[in-house]
Amino acid sequence: MFGFILRRIGVAIPTLLLLIVASFLLMHMAPGGPFTQERALPPQVLANINAKYGLDQPVLVQLWNYLSGVIFHFDFGPSFEYPDRTVNQVIAAGFPVTLTYGLISFLFAVLVGCALGTAAAIRHNSWLDYLAVGISIGAQVLPNFVMAPILVLLFTFTLGWLPGGGWSWSDPSFWIMPVIALSTSYMASIARITRASMLEVLSSNHIRTARAKGLPERKVILRHALKPALLPVISYLGPAFVSMITGSVVIDMYFSTGGIGKSFVDSALNRDYAVMMGVTILIGALTILFSLVVDILYAWIDPKIRY
Amino acid sequence: MALLDINNLNVTFNTNDGQVHAVNGIDLSLERGETLGIVGESGSGKSQLAFSIMGLLAKNGRADGSISFDGQEILNAPLKTLNRIRAEHIAMIFQDPMTSLNPYMRVSDQMAEVLMLHHGLSKSAAVAESVRMLDAVRIPDAKGRARLYPHEFSGGMRQRVMIAMALLCKPDVLIADEPTTALDVTVQAQIMKLLADLQAEFGMAMMLITHDLGVVAGSCERVVVMYGGRVREEGGTDAIFVDPTHPYTKGLLAAIPRVDQKGDKLSAIPGSPPNMSNPPPGCAFEPRCDFAFDLCSLKRPALTPFASGRTRACHAEIDVVRAGPTHHTDLPMEAAADEMGQMDIGDPDEHITEGLTVGPATAGTPQELPDDKR
Repeated sequence: MFGFILRRIGVAIPTLLLLIVASFLLMHMAPGGPFTQERALPPQVLANINAKYGLDQPVLVQLWNYLSGVIFHFDFGPSFEYPDRTVNQVIAAGFPVTLTYGLISFLFAVLVGCALGTAAAIRHNSWLDYLAVGISIGAQVLPNFVMAPILVLLFTFTLGWLPGGGWSWSDPSFWIMPVIALSTSYMASIARITRASMLEVLSSNHIRTARAKGLPERKVILRHALKPALLPVISYLGPAFVSMITGSVVIDMYFSTGGIGKSFVDSALNRDYAVMMGVTILIGALTILFSLVVDILYAWIDPKIRY
Repeated sequence: MALLDINNLNVTFNTNDGQVHAVNGIDLSLERGETLGIVGESGSGKSQLAFSIMGLLAKNGRADGSISFDGQEILNAPLKTLNRIRAEHIAMIFQDPMTSLNPYMRVSDQMAEVLMLHHGLSKSAAVAESVRMLDAVRIPDAKGRARLYPHEFSGGMRQRVMIAMALLCKPDVLIADEPTTALDVTVQAQIMKLLADLQAEFGMAMMLITHDLGVVAGSCERVVVMYGGRVREEGGTDAIFVDPTHPYTKGLLAAIPRVDQKGDKLSAIPGSPPNMSNPPPGCAFEPRCDFAFDLCSLKRPALTPFASGRTRACHAEIDVVRAGPTHHTDLPMEAAADEMGQMDIGDPDEHITEGLTVGPATAGTPQELPDDKR
């Protein structure tokens, strides 16, 4: 297992490098640049700025400069848009917010989704099952950019219970709507996956054996059915987590939470090369990390998988 | 009073194609320490009979009638009552050892939980007892193997684990539902011998469900032949083999490949089992029967005793059936094997022992016959 983790990290490094090179080149191929504005700058000023940021050099030289900065100094460069801030500072400001409500949303989606799916499977074809299926279909077809305004309308304007936007580290009432808006559709998917796989597991032969042992139904489910039923859920978790982090773009825009998603969109619109690269690398690294975690979880649950 | 008493048991399933009548009014009893064979083609309702005893029918299944264990009604009993009886008093071995163990738990944990549940043992005591039981079913290096997962065992070894698990609480009744069907022939013999030995050791009653008459001949005292969810013939094993009085039993016996008649033909009962979602008003075997006459398609034959310990359900006169030939179809080997679907033929030479009192028509496990049957 330890060797497997080392090997996976060994593969992760070239993957990440490839990601950096590819996105760097793609970004530079896109028309326009950080200092292209509606009102064109005088050519001399532009040349000066370009020289300062090294944009006058050939792309490959720029790539090398960037890579060596990242690798040897963990320096992702200064922001092109906000010259007084480095990319590290931009990420340090936004990422904790995104990570906080992202993780809470993730845990909420997993716990509620699994519980709802399991309950629906146990009470198959009962009102509880139909309710769970109804909720999950409804929640799944409701995109977060529709969900968010509905929540604000309900909880802020009508009921006045929750703040309609912004972020506060000390007041979790600011966290609630971002979490609900972000997690609901994932919760719904997880509930559906759990329900289907739990139904299949509950009709399998080894569950019949567990019942033949005289185990109470609660133990049959917790001890014998849950593990195999969760395997498909776990393989969904990797991509789900990453798309939640990227999905936070909408949440950041809508609730003005100041998370990393806003920086990502702004940097893309402004051709803020450095910030864009920084966020891309961060999300890439998270993706790789999470698929590793999922593989480890898989091996932990299924004894037939040995690396 | 019998240990297990089944009265007028009916099992029906609600399916998209309508109601399927799997078991139709079965009466059975099992005495303490007795070995009862239940024989029939697949679809004859024998497994559903077993599942009704355990309370393990599929969700769309309904059972009515009565099953009493040691005087206590257990059919449709509350789950709490059933859970006290399952494994502790009535244990079951399933057909497919490859999928009947939990692939995500160590064998020791799967076994130990039975003892922790029913006997309140501590984990370590339960594991120690489980290892002793694995030893008893002759798994080499039981202590080391107990820590493994099911996929690290072969099919035969997994069935041994299942047997060990079923015997942990020393149950009064062991239901073995086709315990050897999924295994290859040599392993089948070992498992049947093991079951016979363990039964003698623990003194439990056993209900052996099988389609393989050879297995029955080797291990059962009494046989019930089932067809279309009903009992067709019942009697002592020797009597049934020597003197079958039901056309279906005759057909089953004739379908066993015989080595004393060299040839490349195998015999099979023509036709296929009845569609139980729409059972015929008369005898379900009538379309396939050589002895059928007008009455058979109109009226269901009742199960009637005709000699001590023997009953049959057939309109045809006993002597007519006894004397009559069996006009089964002769098929080339491969076609016959296809026709019979799950009949395991293997190498016929391996199946034969001389001087069987039950006649030469016995495939299965002759080397495992108890001494008094040799």
